Amino acid sequence: MALLEIKNLHARIAEDGTEILRGVDLTVNAGEVHAIMGPNGSGKSTLSYVLAGKEDYEVTEGEILFNGENILEMGPDERAVAGMFLAFQYPIEIPGVATMTFLKAALNAQRKARGEGELPTPDFMKLVREKAKLMNITSDMLKRPLNVGFSGGEKKRSEILQMELLEPTLCVLDETDSGLDIDALKVVSDGVNRLRSPERAMVVITHYQRLLDHIVPDIVHVLSAGRIVKTGGPELALELEKNGYADYIGEAA
Amino acid sequence: MTADNETLRTAAERALIEQYEAAPTADAVKLLREKAIAGFRSRGLPNRRVEEWKYTDLKRGMSEALPIAEAPEAGAAKAAVEAVAGFGDMAGARIVFVNGLYVPELSDIDGVEGLTISSLAAGLAEARPQGLGDLAGAVNDTALDLNTAFMRDGALIEVAAGATIDKPVEILHVAAGAPAATYTRHVVHVGAGAKVRFNEVYSGKGRYQTNTAVEFSADKGADVSWIKLQNEGHEAQHLSTFVSALEAEVGFDHFVFNSGGHLARTQVFLRFNGEYARAGLRGTMLITEDQHSDVTLVVDHAVPNCESREFYKSAIDGKAKGVFQGRINVFPHAQKTDGQMMCQALLLSDEAEMAYKPELEIFADDVQCAHGATSGQIDDELLFYLRARGIPETEARTLLILAFLSEVIEEIGDEKVVEALEERTRTWLGY
Repeated sequence: MALLEIKNLHARIAEDGTEILRGVDLTVNAGEVHAIMGPNGSGKSTLSYVLAGKEDYEVTEGEILFNGENILEMGPDERAVAGMFLAFQYPIEIPGVATMTFLKAALNAQRKARGEGELPTPDFMKLVREKAKLMNITSDMLKRPLNVGFSGGEKKRSEILQMELLEPTLCVLDETDSGLDIDALKVVSDGVNRLRSPERAMVVITHYQRLLDHIVPDIVHVLSAGRIVKTGGPELALELEKNGYADYIGEAA
Repeated sequence: MTADNETLRTAAERALIEQYEAAPTADAVKLLREKAIAGFRSRGLPNRRVEEWKYTDLKRGMSEALPIAEAPEAGAAKAAVEAVAGFGDMAGARIVFVNGLYVPELSDIDGVEGLTISSLAAGLAEARPQGLGDLAGAVNDTALDLNTAFMRDGALIEVAAGATIDKPVEILHVAAGAPAATYTRHVVHVGAGAKVRFNEVYSGKGRYQTNTAVEFSADKGADVSWIKLQNEGHEAQHLSTFVSALEAEVGFDHFVFNSGGHLARTQVFLRFNGEYARAGLRGTMLITEDQHSDVTLVVDHAVPNCESREFYKSAIDGKAKGVFQGRINVFPHAQKTDGQMMCQALLLSDEAEMAYKPELEIFADDVQCAHGATSGQIDDELLFYLRARGIPETEARTLLILAFLSEVIEEIGDEKVVEALEERTRTWLGY
């Protein structure tokens, strides 16, 4: 059974009815890393939000099966508990919630929902410190309100720290490379690569080939005008880098 | 007094006048009381046409005047005081009022160097206590008039010049027993250069009416923090007036945590009397169901070079209504005044309501004054982010409300107080 199966997915913006996804089909097996590339406005971020359950979008047709179960009726928190994780393109600032408090609330909420019981505070602190060190995140950052005053790179590192801590089975990374300099890109990619495992799959959404030098995908898809128009191996990304998306924009229309 | 006025009185107004007449006092402040009740007779309870009470129509809201409270029996008083969720045992001195009357057995007022505390009732029996009525006399307000007419007991607190009082001084008010009204008046004077913190707590169960007032003055260079925890029972009426005067170079921080009462109003009157003084007035409000809570401030910049900051946050649920009125008066010669006021509210239900009335009256030309007010709902983007990490919606909302309120609570600086107020906030939110 595939870990994630998206069938003929149509979605539109709830507020104004603009159709964004026009029949996406995608199958992701455990252990695989998929890259989704595509021009601006092709629906990449929408796909990630629809997967995570954002209410701003309305699914009008098709289904999303996660571990064989249709998740369209599940709230974002239930999807997270089921093992889904979205690393946000623009991680949001939450004034007044210390990063550490947030991490603890998230981890314990997921453990509780799975019937595992809360992690004792000392064990939790130890775990966070370990993982934070790997992501080059200082204890000062952990005390600060979540993402408030963090640089672009710090925000992305904080996303990957959350991912490492929550150990999801499906990681969706939405333009995780945007706003990163080359050193930060390395720290983030190393973090992602540490999580690669036979039980876990990744969907890496990106505009550029650059990230894929660090996180090497098994399969590359081109999304254009709300549909996957081409699927290939890593060489497809290189080809796109050279020739751009011009060929595919015409094809989808 | 015309016959028409008599017949137009509400039941509560009639009862108040009858109560006053039935128990004439012959104490040292009889003249103050007479003047106050005369004011009440002519004006009655304020309705919405009285500008200062525009959003809190006391004439309509106060349907009855409960009889003046009796002293509780010792066992009940002790149990009631022990049940209060306040600031724990951080206080170094404590004066306890049950049903508005000082309870020596439950208080601990001696033994702190530089700090003198005594009971107002004991003082009134002899002579007019020093300072009583001085500041209150300059304020024209019905709630305060009623307090003056009926005040029974309170704390007289003197902090000696230069003294540093390490642990907070707690003034605890508890209502226990049959439905009744209490009237406390505190007179607090902090000497030059002294440093002290006060924790003022209100708590109780059932139906009762609190009318309390503080006259507070601080001499040159004093450094004072005052935290008020208004955690009255949900059926209580709470009227509170804090009248203060700051001399030069005083640093003063006042915080009010409002969560109790079906009808509550906290009034703060603050006057800068000396230059280079600073005041921070802050607070939070958490109300639900049919609660009505009002914070009203009047800050008088009577001299140049003073700084005032007002920062209030409210979380309003159910059909509750919050009110914030903030007035900053800058007198003609009060140049270099710096006054900034900000209020923010989270409306947690469709029927929740918040009324704002910021007012700046500026007669000097070289000042910096600003005010801002916002009200809104919980940000969906923030909620989605938290939920995407597995936090259930209810818990995510709670976290965000707590975060919203913490921003102002944390400005208190004192970690123990911050922790105590955040704990009260979590309890309120059921977290």
